Amino acid sequence: MSQIVQFFFSGLTLGSIYAVVALGFNLIYSTTGILNFAQGEFLMLGGMTAVTLARFTPIPVAVVGAVVIVTLCGGVLEILFFRRLRRPTVLQMIIITIGLSIVIREVALHVWDEKVRSLSYFTGNECSSVRVLGAGISPQVFWVLGTVALVVLLLHLFLHRSLVGRAMRACASNPEAAMLAGINTGRMRTLAFMLSAGIGALGGCVISPITMTQYDSGAGLAIKGFAAAMLGGLGRPMPGVLGGLLVGLAEAFSVYFGMPAAYKDATAFGILVAVLFVRPQGLFSSGELQAGAQER
Amino acid sequence: MLRVRNLRTGYGSLEVIKGVSFHVAPGEVVALIGANGAGKTSLLSAVVGLLPPWDGQVVIGGRDATGAPPWESIASGVVLVPEGRRIFADMTVMENLQVGGYRNPDRDRLIDEMFDRFPRLRERRGQTAGTLSGGEQQMLAIARGLIARPRLLLLDEPSLGLAPLLVKEVFEVVRGLRDLGVTICMVEQNAVAALEIADRGYVLETGEIILEGVSEDLLRNPEVMRAYLGKGYREVWE
Ligand SMILES: Nc1ncnc2c1ncn2[C@@H]1O[C@H](COP(=O)(O)OP(=O)(O)O)[C@@H](O)[C@H]1O
Ligand SMILES: [Mg+2]
Repeated sequence: MSQIVQFFFSGLTLGSIYAVVALGFNLIYSTTGILNFAQGEFLMLGGMTAVTLARFTPIPVAVVGAVVIVTLCGGVLEILFFRRLRRPTVLQMIIITIGLSIVIREVALHVWDEKVRSLSYFTGNECSSVRVLGAGISPQVFWVLGTVALVVLLLHLFLHRSLVGRAMRACASNPEAAMLAGINTGRMRTLAFMLSAGIGALGGCVISPITMTQYDSGAGLAIKGFAAAMLGGLGRPMPGVLGGLLVGLAEAFSVYFGMPAAYKDATAFGILVAVLFVRPQGLFSSGELQAGAQER
Repeated sequence: MLRVRNLRTGYGSLEVIKGVSFHVAPGEVVALIGANGAGKTSLLSAVVGLLPPWDGQVVIGGRDATGAPPWESIASGVVLVPEGRRIFADMTVMENLQVGGYRNPDRDRLIDEMFDRFPRLRERRGQTAGTLSGGEQQMLAIARGLIARPRLLLLDEPSLGLAPLLVKEVFEVVRGLRDLGVTICMVEQNAVAALEIADRGYVLETGEIILEGVSEDLLRNPEVMRAYLGKGYREVWE
Protein backbone atom coordinates (compact mmCIF):
# COMPACT_ATOMS: atom_id res chain seq x y z
CA MET A 1 0.00 0.00 0.00
CA SER A 2 2.60 2.52 1.07
CA GLN A 3 4.53 1.64 -2.05
CA ILE A 4 1.54 2.40 -4.26
CA VAL A 5 1.16 5.74 -2.51
CA GLN A 6 4.83 6.40 -3.12
CA PHE A 7 4.52 5.68 -6.82
CA PHE A 8 1.30 7.63 -7.03
CA PHE A 9 2.93 10.77 -5.63
CA SER A 10 6.00 10.36 -7.77
CA GLY A 11 3.75 10.02 -10.84
CA LEU A 12 1.70 13.02 -9.79
CA THR A 13 4.82 15.12 -9.29
CA LEU A 14 6.32 14.27 -12.65
CA GLY A 15 2.88 14.58 -14.18
CA SER A 16 2.33 18.06 -12.85
CA ILE A 17 5.60 19.13 -14.43
CA TYR A 18 4.52 17.63 -17.76
CA ALA A 19 1.28 19.50 -17.18
CA VAL A 20 3.25 22.74 -16.91
CA VAL A 21 4.99 22.00 -20.21
CA ALA A 22 1.67 21.08 -21.85
CA LEU A 23 0.09 24.23 -20.47
CA GLY A 24 2.72 26.46 -22.03
CA PHE A 25 2.63 24.44 -25.21
CA ASN A 26 -1.15 24.75 -25.53
CA LEU A 27 -1.22 28.41 -24.60
CA ILE A 28 1.14 29.27 -27.43
CA TYR A 29 -0.47 26.84 -29.85
CA SER A 30 -4.02 27.99 -29.29
CA THR A 31 -3.19 31.69 -29.37
CA THR A 32 -0.79 31.63 -32.29
CA GLY A 33 -0.89 28.26 -34.04
CA ILE A 34 2.81 27.78 -33.31
CA LEU A 35 3.99 24.36 -32.07
CA ASN A 36 6.74 25.48 -29.72
CA PHE A 37 9.17 22.62 -29.30
CA ALA A 38 11.43 24.87 -27.22
CA GLN A 39 8.89 24.77 -24.37
CA GLY A 40 11.03 22.37 -22.31
CA GLU A 41 13.95 24.78 -22.54
CA PHE A 42 11.97 27.36 -20.58
CA LEU A 43 11.90 24.95 -17.62
CA MET A 44 15.61 24.29 -17.96
CA LEU A 45 16.38 28.02 -18.17
CA GLY A 46 14.18 28.69 -15.14
CA GLY A 47 15.94 26.03 -13.07
CA MET A 48 19.47 27.01 -14.14
CA THR A 49 18.90 30.74 -13.66
CA ALA A 50 17.42 30.17 -10.22
CA VAL A 51 20.34 27.97 -9.19
CA THR A 52 22.75 30.72 -10.20
CA LEU A 53 20.77 33.48 -8.54
CA ALA A 54 20.41 31.39 -5.37
CA ARG A 55 24.13 31.79 -4.83
CA PHE A 56 23.58 35.47 -4.09
CA THR A 57 20.01 35.68 -2.83
CA PRO A 58 17.53 33.67 -0.78
CA ILE A 59 15.62 31.03 -2.76
CA PRO A 60 12.29 32.88 -3.07
CA VAL A 61 14.06 35.88 -4.57
CA ALA A 62 16.04 33.61 -6.89
CA VAL A 63 12.86 31.92 -8.09
CA VAL A 64 11.07 35.19 -8.72
CA GLY A 65 14.16 36.54 -10.47
CA ALA A 66 14.44 33.46 -12.67
CA VAL A 67 10.76 33.64 -13.62
CA VAL A 68 11.06 37.33 -14.54
CA ILE A 69 14.22 36.78 -16.58
CA VAL A 70 12.86 33.77 -18.48
CA THR A 71 9.54 35.55 -19.08
CA LEU A 72 11.46 38.38 -20.73
CA CYS A 73 13.49 35.85 -22.71
CA GLY A 74 10.24 34.35 -24.00
CA GLY A 75 9.07 37.75 -25.19
CA VAL A 76 12.39 38.57 -26.83
CA LEU A 77 12.51 35.20 -28.64
CA GLU A 78 9.04 35.78 -30.04
CA ILE A 79 9.91 39.27 -31.23
CA LEU A 80 13.19 38.12 -32.78
CA PHE A 81 12.00 34.95 -34.48
CA PHE A 82 8.28 35.19 -35.11
CA ARG A 83 7.32 38.87 -35.31
CA ARG A 84 8.31 39.36 -38.89
CA LEU A 85 6.77 36.17 -40.25
CA ARG A 86 3.43 37.30 -41.57
CA ARG A 87 1.92 33.93 -42.37
CA PRO A 88 4.43 31.26 -41.42
CA THR A 89 3.77 27.70 -42.55
CA VAL A 90 3.56 24.89 -40.01
CA LEU A 91 6.81 23.42 -41.28
CA GLN A 92 8.63 26.77 -40.98
CA MET A 93 7.45 27.15 -37.41
CA ILE A 94 8.44 23.63 -36.40
CA ILE A 95 11.90 24.12 -37.88
CA ILE A 96 12.28 27.45 -36.10
CA THR A 97 11.21 26.17 -32.68
CA ILE A 98 13.31 23.00 -32.90
CA GLY A 99 16.23 25.13 -34.02
CA LEU A 100 15.59 27.48 -31.13
CA SER A 101 15.58 24.65 -28.63
CA ILE A 102 18.96 23.47 -29.92
CA VAL A 103 20.40 26.98 -29.79
CA ILE A 104 19.12 27.60 -26.27
CA ARG A 105 20.65 24.31 -25.15
CA GLU A 106 24.01 25.22 -26.69
CA VAL A 107 23.92 28.67 -25.15
CA ALA A 108 23.09 27.15 -21.77
CA LEU A 109 26.01 24.77 -22.15
CA HIS A 110 28.30 27.77 -22.67
CA VAL A 111 26.83 29.98 -19.96
CA TRP A 112 26.83 27.19 -17.42
CA ASP A 113 28.44 23.83 -18.20
CA GLU A 114 27.38 20.21 -18.49
CA LYS A 115 27.19 19.71 -14.71
CA VAL A 116 23.95 18.66 -13.07
CA ARG A 117 22.65 21.27 -10.64
CA SER A 118 19.71 21.66 -8.37
CA LEU A 119 18.08 24.23 -6.18
CA SER A 120 18.05 23.24 -2.54
CA TYR A 121 14.79 22.03 -1.06
CA PHE A 122 12.35 24.89 -0.39
CA THR A 123 11.58 23.46 3.07
CA GLY A 124 13.55 20.78 4.87
CA ASN A 125 16.17 18.74 2.98
CA GLU A 126 16.43 15.56 0.93
CA CYS A 127 15.90 13.44 4.04
CA SER A 128 12.82 15.10 5.47
CA SER A 129 9.49 13.58 4.61
CA VAL A 130 5.80 13.89 5.30
CA ARG A 131 3.86 10.72 6.17
CA VAL A 132 0.92 10.05 3.87
CA LEU A 133 -0.90 6.73 4.25
CA GLY A 134 2.26 5.11 5.46
CA ALA A 135 4.50 6.45 2.72
CA GLY A 136 7.20 9.08 3.17
CA ILE A 137 6.68 11.96 0.75
CA SER A 138 9.22 14.73 0.32
CA PRO A 139 7.87 18.18 1.25
CA GLN A 140 9.11 19.42 -2.11
CA VAL A 141 6.44 17.24 -3.74
CA PHE A 142 3.82 19.37 -2.05
CA TRP A 143 5.58 22.51 -3.23
CA VAL A 144 5.38 21.19 -6.78
CA LEU A 145 1.75 20.10 -6.56
CA GLY A 146 0.68 23.30 -4.81
CA THR A 147 2.53 25.59 -7.19
CA VAL A 148 1.22 23.84 -10.28
CA ALA A 149 -2.34 23.84 -8.93
CA LEU A 150 -2.06 27.55 -8.22
CA VAL A 151 -0.65 28.29 -11.68
CA VAL A 152 -3.45 26.32 -13.32
CA LEU A 153 -6.06 28.13 -11.25
CA LEU A 154 -4.62 31.58 -11.90
CA LEU A 155 -4.25 30.92 -15.60
CA HIS A 156 -7.82 29.72 -15.78
CA LEU A 157 -9.03 32.87 -14.04
CA PHE A 158 -6.91 35.02 -16.33
CA LEU A 159 -8.28 33.37 -19.48
CA HIS A 160 -11.89 33.42 -18.37
CA ARG A 161 -12.29 36.48 -16.18
CA SER A 162 -9.99 39.18 -17.50
CA LEU A 163 -10.49 41.15 -20.70
CA VAL A 164 -6.98 40.42 -21.96
CA GLY A 165 -7.44 36.72 -21.22
CA ARG A 166 -10.72 36.70 -23.10
CA ALA A 167 -9.03 38.49 -25.98
CA MET A 168 -6.39 35.78 -25.94
CA ARG A 169 -9.08 33.11 -26.21
CA ALA A 170 -10.66 35.11 -29.00
CA CYS A 171 -7.36 34.91 -30.90
CA ALA A 172 -7.48 31.15 -30.44
CA SER A 173 -11.11 30.94 -31.48
CA ASN A 174 -10.97 33.11 -34.60
CA PRO A 175 -7.83 35.14 -35.25
CA GLU A 176 -9.26 37.27 -38.05
CA ALA A 177 -12.35 38.22 -36.08
CA ALA A 178 -10.10 39.00 -33.12
CA MET A 179 -8.04 41.37 -35.25
CA LEU A 180 -11.23 43.01 -36.48
CA ALA A 181 -12.22 43.60 -32.85
CA GLY A 182 -9.05 45.65 -32.45
CA ILE A 183 -6.85 43.02 -30.87
CA ASN A 184 -3.23 43.33 -31.89
CA THR A 185 -2.55 39.66 -32.51
CA GLY A 186 1.18 40.28 -32.73
CA ARG A 187 1.23 41.56 -29.18
CA MET A 188 -1.01 38.69 -28.03
CA ARG A 189 1.54 36.33 -29.50
CA THR A 190 4.32 37.99 -27.53
CA LEU A 191 2.19 37.81 -24.39
CA ALA A 192 1.47 34.11 -24.97
CA PHE A 193 5.19 33.42 -25.31
CA MET A 194 5.97 35.41 -22.16
CA LEU A 195 3.27 33.65 -20.15
CA SER A 196 4.38 30.22 -21.35
CA ALA A 197 8.00 31.02 -20.62
CA GLY A 198 7.20 32.33 -17.15
CA ILE A 199 4.99 29.38 -16.25
CA GLY A 200 7.66 27.02 -17.57
CA ALA A 201 10.39 28.74 -15.59
CA LEU A 202 8.39 28.48 -12.37
CA GLY A 203 7.81 24.79 -13.05
CA GLY A 204 11.52 24.36 -13.72
CA CYS A 205 12.34 25.96 -10.37
CA VAL A 206 10.00 23.94 -8.17
CA ILE A 207 10.97 20.62 -9.77
CA SER A 208 14.69 21.35 -9.74
CA PRO A 209 15.35 19.96 -6.21
CA ILE A 210 13.68 16.67 -7.17
CA THR A 211 14.79 15.93 -10.75
CA MET A 212 17.89 18.18 -10.97
CA THR A 213 18.56 20.56 -13.83
CA GLN A 214 21.09 20.30 -16.62
CA TYR A 215 21.60 22.22 -19.86
CA ASP A 216 19.81 19.52 -21.86
CA SER A 217 17.02 18.59 -19.46
CA GLY A 218 14.46 20.49 -21.56
CA ALA A 219 14.43 18.11 -24.50
CA GLY A 220 12.88 15.15 -22.68
CA LEU A 221 10.35 17.44 -21.05
CA ALA A 222 9.27 18.81 -24.42
CA ILE A 223 8.41 15.32 -25.71
CA LYS A 224 6.49 14.44 -22.57
CA GLY A 225 4.70 17.77 -22.53
CA PHE A 226 3.81 17.27 -26.17
CA ALA A 227 2.46 13.80 -25.38
CA ALA A 228 0.41 15.34 -22.55
CA ALA A 229 -0.91 18.09 -24.78
CA MET A 230 -1.87 15.59 -27.48
CA LEU A 231 -3.56 13.40 -24.90
CA GLY A 232 -5.70 16.33 -23.77
CA GLY A 233 -6.33 17.54 -27.29
CA LEU A 234 -3.93 20.01 -28.85
CA GLY A 235 -4.64 23.66 -28.03
CA ARG A 236 -6.80 23.10 -24.97
CA PRO A 237 -4.90 24.22 -21.87
CA MET A 238 -6.97 22.64 -19.10
CA PRO A 239 -7.44 19.14 -20.60
CA GLY A 240 -3.71 19.27 -21.32
CA VAL A 241 -3.07 19.53 -17.58
CA LEU A 242 -5.05 16.35 -17.09
CA GLY A 243 -3.05 14.80 -19.92
CA GLY A 244 0.16 15.72 -18.09
CA LEU A 245 -0.96 14.06 -14.88
CA LEU A 246 -1.95 10.93 -16.80
CA VAL A 247 1.42 10.72 -18.57
CA GLY A 248 3.23 11.15 -15.25
CA LEU A 249 1.14 8.50 -13.52
CA ALA A 250 1.50 6.11 -16.45
CA GLU A 251 5.25 6.56 -16.29
CA ALA A 252 5.44 5.95 -12.56
CA PHE A 253 3.20 2.90 -12.62
CA SER A 254 4.90 1.36 -15.64
CA VAL A 255 7.95 1.16 -13.37
CA TYR A 256 5.83 -0.14 -10.50
CA PHE A 257 4.54 -2.92 -12.72
CA GLY A 258 8.01 -4.06 -13.55
CA MET A 259 9.16 -2.07 -16.56
CA PRO A 260 12.89 -1.35 -16.20
CA ALA A 261 13.26 2.22 -14.96
CA ALA A 262 15.69 2.95 -17.77
CA TYR A 263 12.82 2.55 -20.22
CA LYS A 264 10.31 4.67 -18.41
CA ASP A 265 10.76 7.44 -20.97
CA ALA A 266 9.35 5.03 -23.53
CA THR A 267 5.99 5.18 -21.76
CA ALA A 268 5.39 8.81 -22.68
CA PHE A 269 6.60 8.14 -26.20
CA GLY A 270 4.28 5.14 -26.45
CA ILE A 271 1.37 7.28 -25.32
CA LEU A 272 2.28 9.94 -27.87
CA VAL A 273 2.39 7.44 -30.71
CA ALA A 274 -0.81 5.76 -29.57
CA VAL A 275 -2.66 9.07 -29.38
CA LEU A 276 -1.36 10.17 -32.78
CA PHE A 277 -2.63 6.96 -34.36
CA VAL A 278 -5.80 6.26 -32.44
CA ARG A 279 -7.20 9.60 -31.26
CA PRO A 280 -5.32 12.53 -32.79
CA GLN A 281 -8.03 14.87 -31.51
CA GLY A 282 -7.15 13.93 -27.91
CA LEU A 283 -8.87 11.82 -25.30
CA PHE A 284 -11.36 14.40 -24.10
CA SER A 285 -12.47 16.21 -27.23
CA SER A 286 -15.63 14.23 -27.93
CA GLY A 287 -19.15 15.37 -27.19
CA GLU A 288 -19.28 14.08 -23.62
CA LEU A 289 -16.68 16.55 -22.40
CA GLN A 290 -18.28 19.75 -23.65
CA ALA A 291 -16.69 21.79 -20.91
CA GLY A 292 -13.31 20.85 -22.32
CA ALA A 293 -14.11 22.28 -25.70
CA GLN A 294 -14.78 25.63 -24.09
CA GLU A 295 -11.48 25.76 -22.31
CA ARG A 296 -9.45 27.10 -25.18
CA MET B 1 -15.61 58.88 -44.40
CA LEU B 2 -14.08 56.24 -46.64
CA ARG B 3 -12.42 56.78 -49.98
CA VAL B 4 -10.79 53.99 -51.96
CA ARG B 5 -8.72 54.86 -55.00
CA ASN B 6 -7.55 52.44 -57.68
CA LEU B 7 -7.22 49.59 -55.25
CA ARG B 8 -5.60 46.43 -56.56
CA THR B 9 -5.14 43.28 -54.55
CA GLY B 10 -5.44 39.52 -54.68
CA TYR B 11 -4.23 36.19 -53.38
CA GLY B 12 -0.75 35.04 -54.30
CA SER B 13 -0.39 36.06 -57.93
CA LEU B 14 -4.13 35.98 -58.57
CA GLU B 15 -5.47 39.51 -58.92
CA VAL B 16 -9.09 39.68 -57.76
CA ILE B 17 -9.54 43.45 -57.24
CA LYS B 18 -8.41 45.20 -60.40
CA GLY B 19 -8.32 48.91 -59.70
CA VAL B 20 -11.45 49.72 -57.73
CA SER B 21 -12.42 53.23 -56.64
CA PHE B 22 -15.41 54.01 -54.46
CA HIS B 23 -16.36 56.16 -51.52
CA VAL B 24 -18.80 56.32 -48.63
CA ALA B 25 -19.82 59.74 -47.31
CA PRO B 26 -20.77 60.31 -43.65
CA GLY B 27 -24.36 59.33 -42.90
CA GLU B 28 -24.73 57.41 -46.13
CA VAL B 29 -25.76 53.83 -46.72
CA VAL B 30 -23.92 52.34 -49.68
CA ALA B 31 -24.57 48.93 -51.20
CA LEU B 32 -21.85 46.93 -52.94
CA ILE B 33 -23.48 44.32 -55.09
CA GLY B 34 -22.20 41.68 -57.43
CA ALA B 35 -22.34 37.98 -58.14
CA ASN B 36 -20.62 35.32 -56.10
CA GLY B 37 -16.85 35.58 -56.65
CA ALA B 38 -16.98 39.17 -57.92
CA GLY B 39 -14.53 40.22 -55.20
CA LYS B 40 -16.81 41.95 -52.69
CA THR B 41 -15.36 40.19 -49.65
CA SER B 42 -11.80 40.71 -50.89
CA LEU B 43 -12.50 44.41 -51.37
CA LEU B 44 -13.72 44.88 -47.80
CA SER B 45 -10.84 42.76 -46.49
CA ALA B 46 -8.40 45.07 -48.24
CA VAL B 47 -10.14 48.13 -46.79
CA VAL B 48 -9.68 46.93 -43.20
CA GLY B 49 -6.21 45.51 -43.82
CA LEU B 50 -6.90 41.78 -43.65
CA LEU B 51 -5.70 41.55 -47.24
CA PRO B 52 -2.64 43.70 -48.04
CA PRO B 53 -3.31 46.05 -50.95
CA TRP B 54 -0.93 45.79 -53.90
CA ASP B 55 -1.58 49.24 -55.23
CA GLY B 56 -3.93 52.17 -54.73
CA GLN B 57 -5.05 54.00 -51.65
CA VAL B 58 -7.48 53.59 -48.77
CA VAL B 59 -8.35 56.84 -46.99
CA ILE B 60 -10.40 56.64 -43.80
CA GLY B 61 -11.69 59.83 -42.24
CA GLY B 62 -9.20 61.90 -44.23
CA ARG B 63 -6.20 59.81 -43.15
CA ASP B 64 -4.28 57.40 -45.31
CA ALA B 65 -4.89 53.89 -43.97
CA THR B 66 -3.48 51.90 -46.90
CA GLY B 67 -2.06 48.62 -45.65
CA ALA B 68 -2.60 49.41 -41.96
CA PRO B 69 -3.07 46.26 -39.86
CA PRO B 70 -6.68 45.20 -39.19
CA TRP B 71 -6.58 46.04 -35.48
CA GLU B 72 -5.98 49.66 -36.36
CA SER B 73 -9.03 49.96 -38.59
CA ILE B 74 -11.24 49.81 -35.54
CA ALA B 75 -9.28 52.63 -33.94
CA SER B 76 -10.10 54.81 -36.94
CA GLY B 77 -13.79 53.97 -36.52
CA VAL B 78 -14.23 51.31 -39.18
CA VAL B 79 -15.76 48.02 -38.12
CA LEU B 80 -16.19 45.05 -40.41
CA VAL B 81 -18.84 42.46 -39.61
CA PRO B 82 -17.31 39.69 -41.67
CA GLU B 83 -18.94 37.25 -44.02
CA GLY B 84 -20.00 34.05 -42.30
CA ARG B 85 -20.34 35.90 -38.98
CA ARG B 86 -17.05 34.67 -37.51
CA ILE B 87 -18.29 34.73 -33.96
CA PHE B 88 -16.08 33.25 -31.25
CA ALA B 89 -17.96 29.96 -31.22
CA ASP B 90 -16.49 28.48 -28.05
CA MET B 91 -16.97 31.62 -25.97
CA THR B 92 -20.17 32.86 -24.40
CA VAL B 93 -22.42 35.50 -25.93
CA MET B 94 -21.34 37.92 -23.21
CA GLU B 95 -17.65 37.23 -23.83
CA ASN B 96 -18.12 37.77 -27.56
CA LEU B 97 -19.57 41.18 -26.85
CA GLN B 98 -16.85 42.08 -24.37
CA VAL B 99 -14.15 41.19 -26.87
CA GLY B 100 -16.03 43.27 -29.45
CA GLY B 101 -15.57 46.21 -27.09
CA TYR B 102 -11.91 45.42 -26.46
CA ARG B 103 -10.85 48.96 -27.37
CA ASN B 104 -13.92 50.68 -25.94
CA PRO B 105 -13.76 51.58 -22.24
CA ASP B 106 -17.49 52.24 -22.38
CA ARG B 107 -18.22 48.64 -23.36
CA ASP B 108 -20.44 47.65 -20.44
CA ARG B 109 -22.95 50.39 -21.13
CA LEU B 110 -23.00 49.55 -24.84
CA ILE B 111 -23.48 45.87 -24.10
CA ASP B 112 -26.58 46.81 -22.14
CA GLU B 113 -27.75 48.87 -25.07
CA MET B 114 -27.24 45.90 -27.39
CA PHE B 115 -29.21 43.69 -25.04
CA ASP B 116 -32.08 46.17 -25.26
CA ARG B 117 -31.88 46.12 -29.02
CA PHE B 118 -31.49 42.34 -29.29
CA PRO B 119 -33.38 40.87 -26.30
CA ARG B 120 -32.61 37.35 -27.53
CA LEU B 121 -28.94 37.96 -26.85
CA ARG B 122 -29.68 39.02 -23.27
CA GLU B 123 -31.59 35.76 -22.72
CA ARG B 124 -28.61 33.84 -24.04
CA ARG B 125 -25.78 35.87 -22.58
CA GLY B 126 -24.25 32.91 -20.73
CA GLN B 127 -24.69 30.47 -23.59
CA THR B 128 -21.83 29.34 -25.81
CA ALA B 129 -22.09 31.38 -29.00
CA GLY B 130 -21.64 28.34 -31.24
CA THR B 131 -24.92 26.93 -29.98
CA LEU B 132 -26.95 29.93 -31.20
CA SER B 133 -29.09 29.65 -34.33
CA GLY B 134 -27.82 31.21 -37.56
CA GLY B 135 -29.98 34.29 -37.15
CA GLU B 136 -28.94 34.81 -33.55
CA GLN B 137 -25.31 34.43 -34.54
CA GLN B 138 -25.73 37.13 -37.16
CA MET B 139 -27.32 39.43 -34.58
CA LEU B 140 -24.43 38.67 -32.25
CA ALA B 141 -21.91 39.47 -34.98
CA ILE B 142 -23.61 42.80 -35.67
CA ALA B 143 -23.92 43.62 -31.97
CA ARG B 144 -20.27 42.72 -31.43
CA GLY B 145 -19.36 45.15 -34.18
CA LEU B 146 -21.56 47.93 -32.86
CA ILE B 147 -19.99 47.77 -29.40
CA ALA B 148 -16.82 49.17 -30.90
CA ARG B 149 -18.92 52.24 -31.71
CA PRO B 150 -18.20 52.36 -35.43
CA ARG B 151 -18.35 55.54 -37.41
CA LEU B 152 -18.48 53.34 -40.49
CA LEU B 153 -19.99 49.87 -40.35
CA LEU B 154 -19.01 47.42 -43.09
CA LEU B 155 -21.44 44.53 -43.39
CA ASP B 156 -20.44 41.56 -45.53
CA GLU B 157 -23.48 39.56 -46.63
CA PRO B 158 -25.39 39.80 -43.35
CA SER B 159 -28.29 37.83 -44.80
CA LEU B 160 -26.24 34.94 -46.20
CA GLY B 161 -27.57 31.52 -45.33
CA LEU B 162 -30.51 32.76 -43.29
CA ALA B 163 -34.14 31.71 -43.63
CA PRO B 164 -36.33 34.30 -45.42
CA LEU B 165 -37.95 35.49 -42.20
CA LEU B 166 -34.55 36.12 -40.63
CA VAL B 167 -33.32 37.85 -43.76
CA LYS B 168 -36.14 40.30 -43.27
CA GLU B 169 -35.16 40.74 -39.64
CA VAL B 170 -31.54 41.45 -40.54
CA PHE B 171 -32.60 44.07 -43.06
CA GLU B 172 -34.83 45.60 -40.40
CA VAL B 173 -31.81 45.90 -38.13
CA VAL B 174 -29.79 47.56 -40.87
CA ARG B 175 -32.66 49.93 -41.57
CA GLY B 176 -32.80 50.79 -37.87
CA LEU B 177 -29.07 51.55 -37.81
CA ARG B 178 -29.45 53.74 -40.88
CA ASP B 179 -32.22 55.69 -39.18
CA LEU B 180 -29.89 56.22 -36.21
CA GLY B 181 -27.43 57.82 -38.57
CA VAL B 182 -24.79 55.08 -38.67
CA THR B 183 -22.77 55.20 -41.87
CA ILE B 184 -23.00 51.80 -43.52
CA CYS B 185 -21.39 50.04 -46.44
CA MET B 186 -23.20 46.79 -47.10
CA VAL B 187 -22.19 43.93 -49.36
CA GLU B 188 -25.07 41.86 -50.59
CA GLN B 189 -25.96 39.31 -53.22
CA ASN B 190 -29.53 40.15 -52.38
CA ALA B 191 -29.26 43.21 -54.65
CA VAL B 192 -32.83 44.40 -54.63
CA ALA B 193 -33.24 44.31 -50.86
CA ALA B 194 -29.88 46.02 -50.36
CA LEU B 195 -30.61 48.78 -52.85
CA GLU B 196 -33.97 49.41 -51.23
CA ILE B 197 -32.20 50.39 -48.03
CA ALA B 198 -29.16 52.07 -49.56
CA ASP B 199 -28.77 55.62 -50.80
CA ARG B 200 -26.26 54.64 -53.46
CA GLY B 201 -24.83 51.49 -54.89
CA TYR B 202 -21.87 50.07 -56.78
CA VAL B 203 -21.97 46.99 -58.96
CA LEU B 204 -18.83 44.88 -58.86
CA GLU B 205 -18.03 42.34 -61.54
CA THR B 206 -14.86 40.20 -61.61
CA GLY B 207 -12.92 42.72 -59.57
CA GLU B 208 -14.06 45.89 -61.31
CA ILE B 209 -16.82 48.38 -60.69
CA ILE B 210 -18.99 48.34 -63.77
CA LEU B 211 -21.81 50.54 -62.55
CA GLU B 212 -22.51 53.07 -59.85
CA GLY B 213 -25.35 55.42 -59.00
CA VAL B 214 -28.20 56.25 -56.68
CA SER B 215 -30.25 53.26 -55.66
CA GLU B 216 -33.41 54.14 -57.55
CA ASP B 217 -31.51 54.33 -60.82
CA LEU B 218 -29.68 51.08 -60.21
CA LEU B 219 -32.89 49.31 -59.35
CA ARG B 220 -34.25 50.30 -62.75
CA ASN B 221 -31.09 49.34 -64.61
CA PRO B 222 -31.17 46.02 -66.51
CA GLU B 223 -27.37 45.81 -66.21
CA VAL B 224 -27.78 45.39 -62.47
CA MET B 225 -29.78 42.25 -63.01
CA ARG B 226 -27.10 41.03 -65.37
CA ALA B 227 -24.31 41.61 -62.86
CA TYR B 228 -26.42 40.29 -60.06
CA LEU B 229 -27.14 37.04 -61.80
CA GLY B 230 -23.58 36.72 -63.02
CA LYS B 231 -21.99 35.01 -65.97
CA GLY B 232 -24.67 32.43 -66.64
CA TYR B 233 -27.19 35.14 -67.27
CA ARG B 234 -24.83 37.00 -69.56
CA GLU B 235 -24.19 33.91 -71.67
CA VAL B 236 -27.89 33.48 -72.19
CA TRP B 237 -28.41 37.09 -73.22
CA GLU B 238 -25.39 37.86 -75.35
N1 LIG C 1 -8.39 32.98 -49.59
C1 LIG C 1 -8.43 32.98 -50.93
N2 LIG C 1 -7.43 32.45 -51.65
C2 LIG C 1 -7.44 32.45 -53.00
N3 LIG C 1 -8.43 32.97 -53.75
C3 LIG C 1 -9.47 33.52 -53.10
C4 LIG C 1 -9.53 33.54 -51.67
N4 LIG C 1 -10.68 34.15 -51.30
C5 LIG C 1 -11.31 34.48 -52.45
N5 LIG C 1 -10.59 34.10 -53.52
C6 LIG C 1 -10.96 34.32 -54.93
O1 LIG C 1 -11.12 35.70 -55.11
C7 LIG C 1 -12.24 35.96 -55.94
C8 LIG C 1 -13.17 36.92 -55.21
O2 LIG C 1 -13.69 36.29 -54.06
P1 LIG C 1 -14.55 37.05 -52.98
O3 LIG C 1 -13.87 38.31 -52.66
O4 LIG C 1 -14.83 36.12 -51.88
O5 LIG C 1 -15.88 37.35 -53.80
P2 LIG C 1 -17.34 37.65 -53.27
O6 LIG C 1 -17.26 38.06 -51.85
O7 LIG C 1 -17.81 38.73 -54.18
O8 LIG C 1 -18.12 36.39 -53.45
C9 LIG C 1 -12.87 34.64 -56.24
O9 LIG C 1 -12.48 34.26 -57.54
C10 LIG C 1 -12.29 33.69 -55.22
O10 LIG C 1 -12.15 32.41 -55.77
MG1 LIG D 1 -18.15 37.31 -50.24
